[in-house]
Amino acid sequence: MQNIIFLIFRRMRAPLLALILTYAIAVLGLVLIPGQDAEGNPWRMDFFHAFYFVSFMASTIGFGEIPFAFTNAQRLWVTFSIFFTVVVWLYSIGTLLTLFQDPTFQRALTERRFTGQIKRIREKFYLICGYGETGSALIQALTDRDQHAVAIDIRQDRVNLLKLENLRQYVPALCADVRMPIHLMEAGLKHALCSGVVALTDSNDANLKVAITAKLLHPDIKVICRADSHDIEANMASFGTDYIIDPFDTFAVHLATALQAPCLNLLQEWLTGREESELRDPIYPPSDGLWVICGYGRFGKAVYDQLRKEGLELVIVEADPEKTGLPKEHCVKGRGTEAETLQEADIQRAVGLIAGTDHDANNLSIIMTARKLNPDLFVIMRQNRQDNDSIIEALHADMVMHPSAIVANRIRVLLGTPMLHEFLQLVLYQDDEWACELVSRISALVNSHAPDIWEVAFSEETSHAVCQSVLEGKAVRLRDVVTDPRNRSKLLHCIPLMMLRNNERVLLPEMDEMLHRNDRVLFCGSHSAANRMEWTLQNEHALSYILTGEARPQGLLWRWLMRKERA
Amino acid sequence: MNPEKVLFGFFIVLALTLNFGFFVGDLDNPDHHHVYELFAVIVVNLVATVLKFGDRTQMGAVLLATSLVALLQLFAAALVWTVAEQVTTTGLTPVVTASIVSLSGGAMLANVVSVVLLVIETVMLRR
Repeated sequence: MQNIIFLIFRRMRAPLLALILTYAIAVLGLVLIPGQDAEGNPWRMDFFHAFYFVSFMASTIGFGEIPFAFTNAQRLWVTFSIFFTVVVWLYSIGTLLTLFQDPTFQRALTERRFTGQIKRIREKFYLICGYGETGSALIQALTDRDQHAVAIDIRQDRVNLLKLENLRQYVPALCADVRMPIHLMEAGLKHALCSGVVALTDSNDANLKVAITAKLLHPDIKVICRADSHDIEANMASFGTDYIIDPFDTFAVHLATALQAPCLNLLQEWLTGREESELRDPIYPPSDGLWVICGYGRFGKAVYDQLRKEGLELVIVEADPEKTGLPKEHCVKGRGTEAETLQEADIQRAVGLIAGTDHDANNLSIIMTARKLNPDLFVIMRQNRQDNDSIIEALHADMVMHPSAIVANRIRVLLGTPMLHEFLQLVLYQDDEWACELVSRISALVNSHAPDIWEVAFSEETSHAVCQSVLEGKAVRLRDVVTDPRNRSKLLHCIPLMMLRNNERVLLPEMDEMLHRNDRVLFCGSHSAANRMEWTLQNEHALSYILTGEARPQGLLWRWLMRKERA
Repeated sequence: MNPEKVLFGFFIVLALTLNFGFFVGDLDNPDHHHVYELFAVIVVNLVATVLKFGDRTQMGAVLLATSLVALLQLFAAALVWTVAEQVTTTGLTPVVTASIVSLSGGAMLANVVSVVLLVIETVMLRR
């Protein structure tokens, strides 16, 4: 990158030298040739006027003969010099402008500006490699939570798209190949405040390269990768990539959860939903009967393995079984878009259909055809491209699997609310009744929108009042924090989901639990509850009202009077 | 023999010699310092500066810096001259002459550094 700047300077030599020499010759000629002033006295042009004259002559601005009309000898010289100075001027300026527009030079300048921006970052940030559908969804979610991000993508049009996006935080972006470690470094991989690298490009190799570069150059940071094949996953895991997300496996597990424990599935979905998103009703995929899976690619295989574990009867429809390999069970050759293939797969008898090819139009066609043959099917559609949102919505599939959205959602939870991620892992060990109860408690708190999720760390910085009271030896219980600071007989609309103390995790902690310093609690509830809780956490008066039931006098005078009264 | 190096050395040394030629003489006597000489010094210094563009070495950077300093001093001298002659029309009084010549003296010092660096580089190369 430095090289190109030196190269440009070196190439500037010739035009600049030509300019200096022609100017010098033209100026010198004007100074040497005798002239006349207005009265006809002999007069010689000085360097100042000569330079002034040549400057506007060469650039063809032409103010006329100044300060006095020229003699014929001077005019003769000017006639010659007009031609060579103008030509050289055009050549030099033209060459210089071309040099500055040189794409490599411009690129070097952009990279410099970008590295400058990165160096000036003073807050924690995540490095997002790949600004496709997943990357944009993730950056949107991160910036909405006031977290910072830096993006790299190999395509300029995607980087331009990011600049047009209306984000809450400024996101520096660079068009570069993430496979080159130098670009990751430019984007702040070695920056002390870089707290994670997320590799989301559509190439497994690039993601792998990013992961290994990050692990080598900055071993302490979190590395999160998207991977579509088990090979690459194993490879990434071998050198300690922190989180590897396979959208197909993730969805397959999700589907299996929905089959076994619909409430648990609903709970997961509600808690990980984006703020303000509508809550959906529980879905009950039929858990016995025949399922038809169209497409036996990466997605089809992941779903097949999971559903087989559930003991379901399965039929595969695959157009190219030679390439994808064959499952042990019944397989029909064909695309599934025609009625014949579907009939061959016994669609009339089936209870569920999974349209899982990597082509959206085919998937839509499969579902439409199948519904004609069997209107009561439970339909799962794989969505490959974001642009098809509107038509897929019109289809009203029971479940839609969109890999980009799944990956973005997982990573958003990982980075935004790490405790929620832990919570969801623990929840998998609970039974469905437990989840159903929690779901009904949550639905009582919020109306139709996804609940807010927030973490509270009982540290000096984030909950001053509570820490102060604990230090003074007062007992603060979880119930006190959840009490409404405006009316202590009411509780806020929120539920403590998990408590973390010295690496010990407690699901749904008791309200009478005593709070200690450095405890961390994960809450879910309404947005206003989060705001009011902040009040209790930080304001000593609000907390003391909750603890004692009386409003403490705030001013010095009142405190003094109060003390006298008591004495 | 590298023709680029010949040209390079030629202009750097010429910048110094011309500069010296302008500088010698009584400090405040305008008769000892001719305007053509100052013009030549400025042109040669400009050329020398441009020739130093795009050198990646540490030596190249310092050489460019000295040249820029010399140019700055020379431009200041030319400006003082122009202002005295054309703007305030006081002409070349001893005070003005002294300041022009001392500015060019500063430029000469920078040019001396340039030449010394050039010599050092040449000597290093021989080894």
